[in-house]
Amino acid sequence: MANPTITVLERHMLLYQRLWRASAFSLFILPVLFLTSIGLGVGGYIHQVDGHDYLQWITPGLIASTAFQTGANESTYGVLSEFEWVGGIKAMRSTPVRIQDMIRGWLIYVLIATELAVAAFLIVIWLAGALTPGLAISAPFVCGAVSLAIATPTTAFSAAINDQDWFLVLARFVILPATLFSGVLFPISQLPAFIQPLSYLSPLTHAVELMRDFAFGTATPMTVALHFAYLLAWIVAGWFLANITYRRRLTD
Amino acid sequence: MDTEFGPPLDDMAVLGRDLTKRFGEFTAVDAINIDVYSGECFGLLGPNGAGKSSTMRMLSCISQPTSGALTVLGTDPRREAARIRGRLGIVHQENNLDLDIKVVENLTTYARYFGFSRSECRRRAAEMLEFAQLEQKAVSKAGELSGGMQRRLAIARALVNSPEMVFLDEPTTGLDPQMRHVVWQRLLELKQRRTTLVVTTHYMEEAEQLCDRIVIMDHGHIVAEGTPQMLIKENVSQEVVELWFSETPTEETAAPLKGISEQFDVLADRIVLYVANGEEAAKEVHRRGLTPERLTIRRSTLEDVFLRLTGRTLAE
Repeated sequence: MANPTITVLERHMLLYQRLWRASAFSLFILPVLFLTSIGLGVGGYIHQVDGHDYLQWITPGLIASTAFQTGANESTYGVLSEFEWVGGIKAMRSTPVRIQDMIRGWLIYVLIATELAVAAFLIVIWLAGALTPGLAISAPFVCGAVSLAIATPTTAFSAAINDQDWFLVLARFVILPATLFSGVLFPISQLPAFIQPLSYLSPLTHAVELMRDFAFGTATPMTVALHFAYLLAWIVAGWFLANITYRRRLTD
Repeated sequence: MDTEFGPPLDDMAVLGRDLTKRFGEFTAVDAINIDVYSGECFGLLGPNGAGKSSTMRMLSCISQPTSGALTVLGTDPRREAARIRGRLGIVHQENNLDLDIKVVENLTTYARYFGFSRSECRRRAAEMLEFAQLEQKAVSKAGELSGGMQRRLAIARALVNSPEMVFLDEPTTGLDPQMRHVVWQRLLELKQRRTTLVVTTHYMEEAEQLCDRIVIMDHGHIVAEGTPQMLIKENVSQEVVELWFSETPTEETAAPLKGISEQFDVLADRIVLYVANGEEAAKEVHRRGLTPERLTIRRSTLEDVFLRLTGRTLAE
């Protein structure tokens, strides 16, 4: 028996294949743009942060941020269109595929899309001669976790709305602030003291710290466990929310 | 074997008692009893908002009834909806196809949801391409097919698991007459194979030809049920006289008709008169000084039953 989760994933991969060329191009071009503009451009003025070259210092954060963006972006229109315009979910709903299979298959697809983006980023860094083993080994795990941490609640959100205008609200008031204030481009310690705790609410902040700790060899078992536990909490909460919103939309 | 209580219960594809579906304050389906026998073609008719789609969704184990008892293929959908759906074919009003992938991929992807191996899915897809007469289009993108072909693909896809019972919501709406004929030809073929069919449609003459039994719904209730012939016989007279007017007829226009028949409906463009003998009634209409622009006499159909029972034509 084919596993229903896998059959759902197969459909998403089939749909992805037909646009992989365009997607592959942007996967490589984005890290190049980020690293040259911010890394070299801004880095030319800043030189050092916490004793590290600015380019080296922001690279781990940029990778985590890419994963975070991928997880969030995939889970907006990709989910809403399945309900509203494509009808793919309605078709699945007419078969033995269960709601948890649909969500699981979808999230595995988001995870694969994220890992592809991360792999492209790592290749660009490697070509630039800046890839360290710590970064290469930790990136797939940390990035997978942070992608799912934002993808699960975003998927739940997208299954709950009817109007795509909500995605503008999400992008402006959640994703953009989270990206700007999660310590990707500058240390959180630069922020006013009252904002710092807020920035620790963002899963991206924890992923950025994990990536940096692994890249610079400053990881301790305690901090690694705590950061991952926090990301896991988002994944679990988002998973339950997604099950609720899918169920509400599909069982009536 | 039939008993005096009707067919044996294990021959029932659907057994529904007091089925109710509520959405907040709104009651879409109000305590209906519904039975579908194995191997029959069962028609669900009614105007928009009558509760047909909600009923279809409950019977096809996609949504759960708010209250009432339901057995589908001998199994309780409250506990085993997914397993029952594995034995059903469901065609929605919208095709829900993946337009960016190939026709054959639409079939194999869907077949995989039922747990078949990849080679089995390819075999079944080939079989369904033949059934839908789409072999020539197998590697075209589904989005490149005409509306009628997409409809056939959606129906073929729902049959890919060799279902015991097939639900079709408005299978021919929006198709041109020729394509409608092709689709109904496919449905007749299924019927001959003794596949249980549950169909909703706006086309009464097709319902008359295809359906063994029909239920007419209005405002969440069942207002009539029986064979098409029985429904016509019980609810309307044998013949119908239609009087067409250039201006919208009123109750006043219709006043002289009282006495010719007790049963008539005044519509936007015409008055429909239900009579035993059309010729006689037509003469009487003229004798009473009515001058319709056009007058037609025909045998009564399900369309008239519908109009009589719901006060609406199906187009409304």
